[in-house]
Amino acid sequence: MKAQTLAKSGGLVVLLVFAVLFPQVFSNPSVTNYGVLALVFATAAVGWHIFSGNTGYIALGQAVFFGSGAYAMGIAARDWHMQATAVFELLPLSAVTGALIAIPFGLIALRVRRHTFIVVTIAIFFIFQLMAFNFWFTGGSSGLGSPFLSWAPVPYNRNFYYIALACAVGAIVIAWLVGRSRFGLQLRAIRDDEDRARGLGVKAMQVKMAAYMISGTITALIGGVWFYYLNQVQPQTGFNPLFDLTLVLMIFFGGYGSIAGSVLGALIIEPLSLWLNTIPALNGFNEIVLGAILLLVLLFMPRGILPTGAEFITKIRTRGRPAVVPATTIGAAPSATPSAPSVSSGGAR
Amino acid sequence: MTTLLRTEGITKAYGGVQALNGAEIAVEEGTIAGLIGPNGSGKTTLFNVITGYERPDAGEVWFADRPITGLAPDKVFAAGIGRTFQLTRIFPRLTVIENMLIAAQAKDRPRNMLAWFGRDAWTHHRRHAMELLAFVGIERHANVLAGSLSYGQRKLLELAYVLVADPAVILLDEPAGGVNPTLINMIADRIRQLNAEQGKTFLLVEHNMEFVMGLCATITVLESGATVVSGAPDIIRSDKRVLDAYLGADLDEDDGTAAEPVLNKETGR
Repeated sequence: MKAQTLAKSGGLVVLLVFAVLFPQVFSNPSVTNYGVLALVFATAAVGWHIFSGNTGYIALGQAVFFGSGAYAMGIAARDWHMQATAVFELLPLSAVTGALIAIPFGLIALRVRRHTFIVVTIAIFFIFQLMAFNFWFTGGSSGLGSPFLSWAPVPYNRNFYYIALACAVGAIVIAWLVGRSRFGLQLRAIRDDEDRARGLGVKAMQVKMAAYMISGTITALIGGVWFYYLNQVQPQTGFNPLFDLTLVLMIFFGGYGSIAGSVLGALIIEPLSLWLNTIPALNGFNEIVLGAILLLVLLFMPRGILPTGAEFITKIRTRGRPAVVPATTIGAAPSATPSAPSVSSGGAR
Repeated sequence: MTTLLRTEGITKAYGGVQALNGAEIAVEEGTIAGLIGPNGSGKTTLFNVITGYERPDAGEVWFADRPITGLAPDKVFAAGIGRTFQLTRIFPRLTVIENMLIAAQAKDRPRNMLAWFGRDAWTHHRRHAMELLAFVGIERHANVLAGSLSYGQRKLLELAYVLVADPAVILLDEPAGGVNPTLINMIADRIRQLNAEQGKTFLLVEHNMEFVMGLCATITVLESGATVVSGAPDIIRSDKRVLDAYLGADLDEDDGTAAEPVLNKETGR
């Protein structure tokens, strides 16, 4: 057990060192571009996991937070005449915007469950896209541009890489803290049987809302980073219907319900899809190829690569041993519960 | 002895079906009460109304002289009424001990936001939870997923995690349903023990007449959503309306043979 924990933390340190060194080793901006966008999606995927992965409520309206974070930054930078690196001070504003939008969004969507919840999140998503197209302060269909950053291409990408990495690590830490806390336990109880959880004193609406707000905060924050990185946002890119689809595909690809799976899915799918875009022969077909790869993976690893891979490793390691230790039935084995008599400490005879 | 849980004139209709039609029940503090009746007589609906899963069309639920009609399930639970379900409802993808902790955390609310992320307060919950698991005899399974438990073990787990929050009244919906005879006896023993040693009040719905008659001090009979009669097992057994509506001729014939040991068991306590 201890060796396992050690191996795990060792692995994490190696991963983190690799992540930190990546832009130093591969300084080519077209390579670091992959890194920045992969980390943006990894952060968003972890944000999705905190709410949807834990509660089982499949949210397809995360682009609402992503786009709102981007727009909040763009609008504030424009109206407050902010320049260059000072714009980064607006990132907390993006995050708060996400949390605030999650409140009315959640009050509507979290009243319903399952398929209805999915449909409601999609509907709200389209309302936001329409608002971005039509409000006077959002720049209409041409969207918003960001202030200019006078960094050369190499440090430009590298700096954004580290900002995105910090966001991703922060999101992972939050997700981990949520997962091990009683809050996370309540979220997973809601996933298994919400009504039963309520009957055991779980304030389901409050707990779901809190998780949704955390999720919205993280997604909006990374939306702000993404906006400043690309220097622009339009209604159809900020509030992109493919955003949520991509996010969910990444998570189901990597492993639904686990932090590592969500991150892994994003780190594989996003660079892959960017790379497919660059192949001239695939021009126009790249999304079909990506779709086919995803379908194949889902066909052979329906629970995602991480859980299926872990099962495979366990299978190899435990080959020859019985899969399940035979359990004795309760009534038949009184001798197996030697502690039973001493336990009725509530005043037993 | 005071009445701890009481309903008055509860009515509840689903479309054209009148599930409850003036159901009345009174549970004295520190007793084991039974609720019987034919299928569809509204027993589970009454449980749902009491525990806040259903809102009654009319009528009142009183708990310790406080109206709790229409409170949300988590509030009813916090007030001190725990329940189990007819089809056991556990959290299959949580471990057995995690199932227990869900109910345990309802009792002490964290002091602040940050405490929600902590796990410091869990040690004593964990110990209490393990004691209760041992009490029902499934502590060996504490770290397996609850979904891998057998049906009988799930029944025990459900009983244990209702107990963990230390409710004043425990509503059991068919605790002996679909469970093997050895386990039925064990469940009955545990209920009796909790009642005798800790003064826990129980209200249970059950079709196993031997189980009910042997355990309960008072029994209420429901039919078509209304209370037919309420009283001690002897009275219920000989009540003509109950025989017609529910127990039927079968038990009437059995009375000479099978009823005797049941009586013994009852008086033996």
